Amino acid sequence: MLDVAEPRAVDGRAPDVFRAGKWVPMRCYSDEEEVDFAIVGTGAGGGTLACKLAEAGFSVVAFDAGPFWRPLEDFVSDERYQGGLYWTDKRITGGADPVELGSNNSGRGVGGSTVHYTMIALRWRPEWFQCKSRLGYGRDWPISFDELEPYYEEAEEALKISGPISYPWGRRRKRYPYRAHPVNSAGLVLARGCEKIGINWSPIPLATLSAPRGMAHPCVYRGFCAYGCSTNAKQSVLVTFIPRAIQAGAEIRDLAMVGRVEMSERGRATGVLYHRHGKWHRQQARNVVVAGYAIESPRLLLNSKCKQFPDGLANENGLVGTHIMIHSGPGVWGYMDEEVRCYRAPPCMAVTEHWNYDDSDKKDFTGGYAFMSQGPLPVGWAQDLAVQRNLWGMKLRQEMTRYNHVAGLRIVGETEPRPNNRVEVAEEKDRFGLQIPRMTFSYSDNDKRLIEHSKGSMRAVLEAAGAKELWDDVDTSHLMGGCRMGDDPKDSVVDRDGRSWSIPNLWICDGSLFPTSGGVNPSLTIQALACRMGDRISAMAKRGEL
Amino acid sequence: MTEFRTPYLTYDVLDKWDTPSWNDQTRAAIKHRLEQVPTRQFLSEEQWSLLEDIVRRLIPQPDREEPVPIVPWIDAMLYANQTPGFRYADMPPMQDAWRRGLDAIAAEARNRHGMDFHELSGADQDALLEDVQHNRVESRYWGDLPAGGFFSHHLLKDVVGIYYSHPSAWSEIGFGGPASPRGYARLGFDEHDPWEAVELDKADA
Repeated sequence: MLDVAEPRAVDGRAPDVFRAGKWVPMRCYSDEEEVDFAIVGTGAGGGTLACKLAEAGFSVVAFDAGPFWRPLEDFVSDERYQGGLYWTDKRITGGADPVELGSNNSGRGVGGSTVHYTMIALRWRPEWFQCKSRLGYGRDWPISFDELEPYYEEAEEALKISGPISYPWGRRRKRYPYRAHPVNSAGLVLARGCEKIGINWSPIPLATLSAPRGMAHPCVYRGFCAYGCSTNAKQSVLVTFIPRAIQAGAEIRDLAMVGRVEMSERGRATGVLYHRHGKWHRQQARNVVVAGYAIESPRLLLNSKCKQFPDGLANENGLVGTHIMIHSGPGVWGYMDEEVRCYRAPPCMAVTEHWNYDDSDKKDFTGGYAFMSQGPLPVGWAQDLAVQRNLWGMKLRQEMTRYNHVAGLRIVGETEPRPNNRVEVAEEKDRFGLQIPRMTFSYSDNDKRLIEHSKGSMRAVLEAAGAKELWDDVDTSHLMGGCRMGDDPKDSVVDRDGRSWSIPNLWICDGSLFPTSGGVNPSLTIQALACRMGDRISAMAKRGEL
Repeated sequence: MTEFRTPYLTYDVLDKWDTPSWNDQTRAAIKHRLEQVPTRQFLSEEQWSLLEDIVRRLIPQPDREEPVPIVPWIDAMLYANQTPGFRYADMPPMQDAWRRGLDAIAAEARNRHGMDFHELSGADQDALLEDVQHNRVESRYWGDLPAGGFFSHHLLKDVVGIYYSHPSAWSEIGFGGPASPRGYARLGFDEHDPWEAVELDKADA
């Protein structure tokens, strides 16, 4: 299985992700040197922010618990081998609807989950940022779409998003940087079905190249996107913001697990305690940014409890780790007369956001969902048939021979922020001696109504497209919330800039900031938030407000 | 159902070994899978042989002289404690779940039939496994281990996952297999590149 035993980014150099066996020079800091920012996590939030802050002239060390991949050499075209991409340290998952973690939503390595994500780069519906006051459900964010719009544009430009000339939903926008990809047959099933029942569909704006960029070739449609891109067409943080960050003077510390944020007697963060090369070290820093995603960020704050902060950092109101959200993800599947061969090209190439933008009273739930065409590979598909359709024995082997005719749709469905859906730390310890996280999740009645409604919609589209023998399954995707941002210190963990209310030099920058979950994939919004935070921090520094 | 038929009679994904669909690191990983089948390190001899019998029901391979090896890789996964990155709150750690689950299935067989699992007819073995899947079991053998949870989250999922990680399984379902650096050029309905599988009836036509 994919594994890297020793840190690679050491001795003044880091792997060159674009050239096999080559290195790029990297500035390195000593533990005693007090850097401007220690960032914990290098995914969509931390990796993007590391780049922004380094380019603004700050000294930055960014830590990642996982390896610094060399995609061209490390990544194999194989579902099983690539299991090393995911966070597989001990975790417990419970509640009435326990969420599958690991490969389902948790990356481990420089670039974070963007290394295995399916590259869907959608903006939020503008009204969702004020969904309480404008749509009557959920809660308002402390920032508006207007404030985030330029940063969506910045993130899309940085990732050279390939998208359609016009996207049917949301605010009018300028052209995507790169042209759209041709839609594969799995996506054309969605297109055909939507057109038959009279709703809009669109090719999905994707973070994979449709034309050359620097040393990276356009996407070759190999279809293993969820298992790491071996050609660098995928515009993960690993091949976009990280090389920029290093170029601008940031240090990336791979295979460096941060165990706690260190605090002074006066209640300010002084740096981080981290495990690398088999022992614990202390990095001094003027600011600490926690960017470990919705499970590890709350876990780190809770595990950093100390005399001054006995309930964990930034947790005076007890909100750290609460209001965790996922996206519900039921799917509907069927067989087409035509060959589909859904293993070709990115797994999701067509979408309808119809029910994200439908405010009619035909919906018996609040919130929204989008659904996308799907491209499961054999292991994932066989496990789905076995576990969810109870197929085993010769029936399973026989059913699997119809794989090339499978077509399916799956939603990204909004779930409500609820206090009891949360991350806590258990007594049990991991291999570093750190208390492990326990996640608890249960769907609300509204979540369940949304799921049922979406199954009806997907069924209608698939039937109209000509799919037969339909059946549905259950699944989930993404993690959000746990350290939500807000305007009121009483009911949020951080302010609108990701700055902790109680510890002024402690920041959070990842999906855990989300007060609500929306009905599209979160990565582009996380990256837009990180770009905005970078600019906000630079502006505050100029005013002497750090 | 005991007979297996595939519409991809002539397709062998390994024929692409030396083509641009396979790169060096993929060849190394799959060569290891084909040639370095591990030996027993974690399960007891009894557990190993019971698992072989169970696997013959979950993924029967009467059509093959040399079945795709499954048990050795499960044993290796357990020995290395390669977990999926989480465990359900009502389940014990992965290694315990496997040991206890297999022992409980052995005990169920002896209790119901007065025989070892391998002595039962195929139909009786299937019936027992179905009962395990649906939690129709004697709690004295299982304790607090959820039988259905063990069956679905561990036993079935891992057995199926290992089988469909093997090139022979990719060939029989017409999957393109490894695809780097060369991916695919034709993406539409009923289109395929020359290096993809062709269905039997289409080949005949």
